[in-house]
Amino acid sequence: MDRLESEIRDTSKGMTPIVKTVVRFVMGIIVIFGAYIVLFGHLTPGGGFAGGVILAAAYVVLVLAFGRELGLSKMSNKAASILDNFGALAFISLGLLGFTGGWFFLNFLPKGKMFDLFSAGDIPLMNIAIGIKVTASLFAIFIALSIFGRVIYKMSDLDDSESEE
Amino acid sequence: MEILLLFLLAFMIIGSIIAIETKNLLSSVISVGVVGFSLSIIFLMLGAPDIAITQVVVEILILVVLIRATITTDNTAIEGARDNFPFVSSLIFFGLFLIFAWFAVQELPRFGEPLMRVSKRYLESGARETGATNIVTSILLDYRGYDTIGEATVLFTSIIGAFVILRRRGRKGKAEADTEKFGILEDEDIKKNFEGF
Amino acid sequence: MILYFLSLVLLVMGLYCLIAKKNIVKKIVGIVITEYSINLFLILVGYRKDGVAPILLKGMHHGELVQHGVDPLPQALVLTSIVIGLGTLALMVALCLRMYEKYKTFDMSKINKLRG
Repeated sequence: MDRLESEIRDTSKGMTPIVKTVVRFVMGIIVIFGAYIVLFGHLTPGGGFAGGVILAAAYVVLVLAFGRELGLSKMSNKAASILDNFGALAFISLGLLGFTGGWFFLNFLPKGKMFDLFSAGDIPLMNIAIGIKVTASLFAIFIALSIFGRVIYKMSDLDDSESEE
Repeated sequence: MEILLLFLLAFMIIGSIIAIETKNLLSSVISVGVVGFSLSIIFLMLGAPDIAITQVVVEILILVVLIRATITTDNTAIEGARDNFPFVSSLIFFGLFLIFAWFAVQELPRFGEPLMRVSKRYLESGARETGATNIVTSILLDYRGYDTIGEATVLFTSIIGAFVILRRRGRKGKAEADTEKFGILEDEDIKKNFEGF
Repeated sequence: MILYFLSLVLLVMGLYCLIAKKNIVKKIVGIVITEYSINLFLILVGYRKDGVAPILLKGMHHGELVQHGVDPLPQALVLTSIVIGLGTLALMVALCLRMYEKYKTFDMSKINKLRG
């Protein structure tokens, strides 16, 4: 709790303490809402794309309120690239598994009853794969745009005689 | 119903005129945001709730990314006179285009009576054949899943392209002339430059 | 018909902003307005009078969607187009930031005159 208190009171990076307290509270709600829209994509409006963008927006709010370093410590570049590749590969392998039934992209799992959560074959699984992929992509591009130029500000503090990394 | 749509479209046109003509960069970015939000209301009134949800959230992210581009500089104003040739020639050609577009639009089916030859089958037997009650999702992931692979590829490629452009450039052998490096950092630089990480 | 024509007017305004302005950020704003107008035109073509959204609810009897539903096919295509627009905007802004860092200005006419 000590580190959290000091981070909230630190006004040099990020925003004022009011914004930080509210964002701590609201970010969990946004993540749950985004996961709901991805999972129920075959019953209510939404689907993989809308839910993935909402999850990325939750992360963007965290980085805007708390600063770049805390955002990078929660999810690094490497984790985002691994999640992105996993989402794309899962989607394509679900399409290739349709070859077991007949042709490419066949819906091969049992259909179930309508209006159930576990129905409609492999459509919920494809929604989850697309959601993970879109989240990781938009998060990666946002963190790249926000730490671009960081080296300029840091390097200007060093001496000219120091060698660069 | 049509009156409301006409009013919202006129609002969008006025907003985009403000976005194009103002001299302050920050004001034009915020006007684009207003155009996007009213577009999401139009989508909701046209019976497309999926797209309204997506448009609202994508609009917020577009605003964040564009503001990141404009606050790079200290001055957000545009200076200089306009040069005449692109301005006059574009007005002439776009005026001609609009005149012909008015006659071409009369050939489309009337507003409110779509043709729907392919979608008739999707609406009749979409819920029974795929088991999903959201017909748009079943089209996107079952009937036309190949197009979704194409979309995933385009998104992937544009993100890789943006990363390649923003990468740090290293030059060997020119240490005196080029002591600053711009770009996004690799992992070992992050560990060296950010303490307490 | 006027609705179709007004969305084409929006398209033309976005293209004019892309061609006739000199600042790079204004050109990006023009591309964004053009993308909005194209998505709007596609959804306008698929609207049916007094239509319901193409989602099957619990109490609906069969045949209501066929008689009153709006066209679901353009909606599926526009959904992917909106997210692709966001991806290409990120690429354009990355290019814009690189050009600013190299030439120290946003003005295209000055960048055209600089060499090397």
